[in-house]
Amino acid sequence: MHAIIKMIGQRLALGLLTLLVVSAIIFGAVELLPGDLAQEILGQGATPETVAQLREDLGLDRPAYIRYFEWLGGITTLDLGTSLANEREISELLGTRLYNTLFLAAISAVMAVPLAIGLGLLAALYRNSIFDRAINIVTLSTISTPEFFVAYILVLWMAVITGWFPAISNISPDTAFWDHVYRSFLPALTLTLVVTAHMMRMTRAAIINLLNSPFIEMATLKGVAKRDIIVKHALPNAWAPIINVVVLNLAYLIVGVVVVEVVFVYPGMGQLLVDSVSKRDFPVVQACSLIFAVTYILLNLTADILSILTNPRLLHPR
Amino acid sequence: MNETWKLLKSAPPTAMFGMIVILLYILVAIFADVIAPFGEREIVGAQYEPATEEWLLGTDNLGRDMWSRIVYGARNTVGIAILTTILAFVVGCFFGLLAATLGGWVDQLLGRIVDVLMAIPTLIFGLLILTIVGTSVFNLILVIGFLYSTSVFRLARAVAMNVVVLDFVEVAKLRGEGLLYIIGKEVLPNILPPLVAEFGLRFCFVFLFIAALSFLGLGLQPPTADWGSMVRDNAVLITFGESTPLIPAAAIALLTVAVNFVVDWFLHLTSGLKD
Repeated sequence: MHAIIKMIGQRLALGLLTLLVVSAIIFGAVELLPGDLAQEILGQGATPETVAQLREDLGLDRPAYIRYFEWLGGITTLDLGTSLANEREISELLGTRLYNTLFLAAISAVMAVPLAIGLGLLAALYRNSIFDRAINIVTLSTISTPEFFVAYILVLWMAVITGWFPAISNISPDTAFWDHVYRSFLPALTLTLVVTAHMMRMTRAAIINLLNSPFIEMATLKGVAKRDIIVKHALPNAWAPIINVVVLNLAYLIVGVVVVEVVFVYPGMGQLLVDSVSKRDFPVVQACSLIFAVTYILLNLTADILSILTNPRLLHPR
Repeated sequence: MNETWKLLKSAPPTAMFGMIVILLYILVAIFADVIAPFGEREIVGAQYEPATEEWLLGTDNLGRDMWSRIVYGARNTVGIAILTTILAFVVGCFFGLLAATLGGWVDQLLGRIVDVLMAIPTLIFGLLILTIVGTSVFNLILVIGFLYSTSVFRLARAVAMNVVVLDFVEVAKLRGEGLLYIIGKEVLPNILPPLVAEFGLRFCFVFLFIAALSFLGLGLQPPTADWGSMVRDNAVLITFGESTPLIPAAAIALLTVAVNFVVDWFLHLTSGLKD
């Protein structure tokens, strides 16, 4: 037990360090601007006096590391600064959008996870069968396809031709829960298709890898029934890779929402990020990048820790 | 030559299909000027003209010929993706081999830097940097090439690690050969097969990534004909039940599927697996 706690402690420390470095990169990236933020906002025609004035207003006259710690400190109290474009509080802009994005990711995960694991298991158990090959070609094609292609095919078929679902996810904060589900169904389905392909292939690979290991061969040679091999020998060892696959793909999902949100004009954080990039609204881009990056890192960290916790070799040390 | 031909003929149907598709794309990209009936930026009619004999696929949101733009897109979109992938490989392989050959603190330092860079999702990191440096073709290639060099670094380092401990590398070191000679002449030739396969896969990722950026309006800028932005610009047609805007997207998908098929076959060949 001691070894596990130590390992988890190490992972947590490493994760925390990564978070710090990443936040520093996200903050520092803006420092790379030729000139600085004040110059960038006012453009080439500005007089040196106005630039100096704005620099002072924005607090840019102080050293970068002090501003970095202020920024970090602000984030811990949910104060993310103000947008350059409309001078609104970023936390206010983000509030419902973050919820919407998580909502979308959650619906997609609920559909994708059971589907992917089921198909992955079947493909691994009936390896090299026609079913396995067909599903291999289908998933390979889905992975090779831009998300917006999948999205627009679904729009064309399920929104324009049949009219089952709305093509644009018109969602406001007071949309009722089931209505929200209904209106975000198409973007969720797009994400599900893309993520399922990845997740299913990874599950298949993990299970095949497992079934090839010596202890399974030993069990087979001992004459253990096939069902018992799967349930008693393979499954306890399969949790770690499966959990890993799921969490890694959830991390992928969080980032994959960006393109899908733009297609469906879904009012989430991805949409906000893309808008802010084209407006070059640096504080908002920084805030969104940070939230995406932190979610991604935390999910990866969770995958790491869960796979340590479910590893039979570590749980039953000799 | 005969051997190669035999090998190509023994390819499974999927790989055969992939190679034919890739060849077609290359031909279209090279002979775009000959194939396209109109110029890339030429306005030939009204907006959103339906497909007729004059315009094979109709016209786009500015009245340019869709078919010609798709043909030119093969050159622009694919060309930039290839350049970017090459950059990612040059940078990634160089540092990967450097880390593997030198070992010690150089290896540690490069490894940790790559760990941190890979902790940030590529799309988010890409968007962040592009906000700052602005979206020009040059910046696009530089930024994406740099982002994708991290995974090339990991692979190059991992496979090179098995080679640098072999006797012939040791001999070259004792002979007093320089670092660049060892990297280029001793290690690199021995790790080529996995790198070639990786090149195909990375190309697909880079290609899809650029397409996504262009679709978001942050990649190749107008009036350059580019498949990602063509989908974006004409997407409104889809809501009228028109499927032409899907053609550039399908062109992207077809090429990545083709490359994946060929890479799959190549991996099979080089891994020496029979089944």
